[in-house]
Amino acid sequence: MAMLEPVVEQKPKAESFFDLCRRTWDRRVLLTQATEEICRITCNARQLPELWQWLTRDLEFSFATLLVDEIEGDSWSFSYLFYRERSPWVYVEFPLEGRQVAVPSVVGLYKGPAADWHEREVEDLFGITFEGHPRLGEFILHEDWPEGVNPMRRGFDARHSPVHRDPDPQWQPPTVVEAVGAFAMPVGPVFSDFAESAHFLLETVGEDVIRTIPRLFYKYRGVEKIAEKQAIDRALLLAERFSGTSAFAHGLGFCQAVESTCGLDVPARAKTLRCVFAELERLRHHAAVITGICNSTALAIATSQAALIEEDLLRLSCEVTGHRYLFGLVRPGGLYRDLSERLITTLEKSLESIARRLDELHASLRYSSSFLDRLEEVGTVGPERARSYGLVGPIARASGLASDLRKLFPYAAYDSVDFEVARAEEGDGYARLRIFFFEAQQSVSIMRQILSEMPSGAISNPAFRAGAGAALGVVEAPQGAALHWVRIGEDGTVARYRITSPGFTNWHGFHLAAENFAFQDFPIILASFGLSNAECDR
Amino acid sequence: MANWVLQGLRTGIKTSSYPNRLDASPGISPGRPRGAQFGSSTEADELVQCCPTEAIVAQNGGVAVEYSRCIHCMRCSEDGEQPAVPWDQSYEWGAIAPNVPAAIRRLNRAFGRSLHIRFVDAGACSACVSEARQLNNPYYNMHRLGFFMTPTPRNADVLLVSGPVSDAMKLPLRKTYEAMPDPKRVLAIGACAISGGVFGPSFAAAGGVSEILPVDVMVPGCPPPPLAILHGLLVLVERKRPLELVSLPSNQEKG
Repeated sequence: MAMLEPVVEQKPKAESFFDLCRRTWDRRVLLTQATEEICRITCNARQLPELWQWLTRDLEFSFATLLVDEIEGDSWSFSYLFYRERSPWVYVEFPLEGRQVAVPSVVGLYKGPAADWHEREVEDLFGITFEGHPRLGEFILHEDWPEGVNPMRRGFDARHSPVHRDPDPQWQPPTVVEAVGAFAMPVGPVFSDFAESAHFLLETVGEDVIRTIPRLFYKYRGVEKIAEKQAIDRALLLAERFSGTSAFAHGLGFCQAVESTCGLDVPARAKTLRCVFAELERLRHHAAVITGICNSTALAIATSQAALIEEDLLRLSCEVTGHRYLFGLVRPGGLYRDLSERLITTLEKSLESIARRLDELHASLRYSSSFLDRLEEVGTVGPERARSYGLVGPIARASGLASDLRKLFPYAAYDSVDFEVARAEEGDGYARLRIFFFEAQQSVSIMRQILSEMPSGAISNPAFRAGAGAALGVVEAPQGAALHWVRIGEDGTVARYRITSPGFTNWHGFHLAAENFAFQDFPIILASFGLSNAECDR
Repeated sequence: MANWVLQGLRTGIKTSSYPNRLDASPGISPGRPRGAQFGSSTEADELVQCCPTEAIVAQNGGVAVEYSRCIHCMRCSEDGEQPAVPWDQSYEWGAIAPNVPAAIRRLNRAFGRSLHIRFVDAGACSACVSEARQLNNPYYNMHRLGFFMTPTPRNADVLLVSGPVSDAMKLPLRKTYEAMPDPKRVLAIGACAISGGVFGPSFAAAGGVSEILPVDVMVPGCPPPPLAILHGLLVLVERKRPLELVSLPSNQEKG
């Protein structure tokens, strides 16, 4: 590695990434530049750690996702995806053969923790071992799932549940209580309120919690598996419905991937409307998170005020699109529904009052010291840890990382709107609250910019026909970067669908915020992340 | 220092008029398709084709809608692709589950005006969870009707379940039910909890709550809006009349 550094430092910007890559790795790896936006590096599995270090540490790329695709009969395609500003997407790929295959783990490397859950997931669902990973085993599939049955394998029948192991009455969650006198306090998976299913083990000595061990994937519905062999419009229903509170964003990500596979153009009006709906969803999502934060601090009137805003946004969504959660809007090639002039006026007028009410609420909260006391310096994630775990979205932006896919890779009509990427440095609960407020206001501003100058024309390109190919669709979902990678087979159905959701990425970092805190702060830390388990578990 | 009390008072009363009077505020419900008669069978056939979940079925020259499978994809609605079925703006969707004995149903009045609810998310997409959560907001405020959330299954009368029952939630769901004292009722909300929706049955989901527990009342919808869930609860305590899970071609008065 050391020998590479001088080369990089000499002139990092003067040459294209492709040329730099060729100069550094010539003859050791195979390089192909598929398009302006994609660069493929084909190597062998042993070269992976070196390439990983080069990309993430020397060139400051971020790890996006791990794509594993079993082509046919024990032949695998393995790709690690990376991205950074003003660079092509980098796919580091290597072929694997045979069933007993092993890949070197990267979790111990710089930014390696970002791949931790990806490796664990692949080990669980595909049965591929990562050499050197400290914690493989029971992860997405829980303890009663039969050993050695890997549901993402081609040979696995997705229609039937395999015979499960009998629950072991002596079974204990794998805990290591480290502190003297500490015990593990279980919380969940069923809660006393309308909460999503998740389980947490809090290592505590009574009042102070030392650390939190989340155990998720109670809601694993095998979406990636059951999407296989489905027609595109049927798989779209899954893309929209695996995470209902960010349905439009994920539907859009899926459609953009499908559009890329067949080079389908989207009419200008549809692109613009896609931004409107995506921002409407972000606004409602953030209002819901703000409601949750107020509720977690038991500030009753603020909770009511925020809940009224949230419900008004749900009603507004339903009035203008026909559905409170924006289901059934997006399709490959455009949209199913248009906005009439009357609805545009309704939307503009309502947004004005929503923005004012959000401002009032934010101002009142800022002057409520009892509320601020509960949030400030609570659940802190520092920038180094956020970067190392590859956190995304509002959570990352509250920890000093100003990354937003709407700016990095402007999709739909985001290249023509003017907005600021929120950013705070503290990484605590209050920073996250401010980010959610700021982004909500930015969403209103984006929508108002767009609605005043709507292009006319069709809202859908009827030429869509699914053809074989693979592509990536990227969107900035309300919770952050969402990547939808789809490979469509010769018959026009989904051959492999990989969803990398911001919920998955950010839940991995949740435990960083839940260390050394007072017991009563747990609901507040949880609410200030505002994460969805459905989005994580898929 | 923020004056929260003043802000609260200034907001005024926001509570819905439902169930005393129907609430017709815009956006309160996405509505749902209704069975209809058609002049030609081709139109009915096209509708059957456009439904991706086989919720629309041809019947007597028209189409019927099976709400247990309708996932609100909106493809049969008027603003979507042609042709369209009639769409009503209702939200009273609660229905008695198939095969519930009448004798059991009659007990429901005993719960009267104090019903304690335990909620289990059995793998929902979180839209149902979000809609159920709205029941506590000032618009719907279910406390006024005597419906309360309880922090323990030991005090619960009703188990409210959403989701297709994912593999890992089968055991927690069963355990929660077993921990509840008799008499107890199960309310399944959302298409997933009734039929598995888009997710199941599969290797990872049971395909509906009734595969695991005896269900008493079902509220279809994807997701059912808050007032539909409220209607389901009112049906459970016999304060509202249940509706059917199917809309037949001739059922014009339903809605």
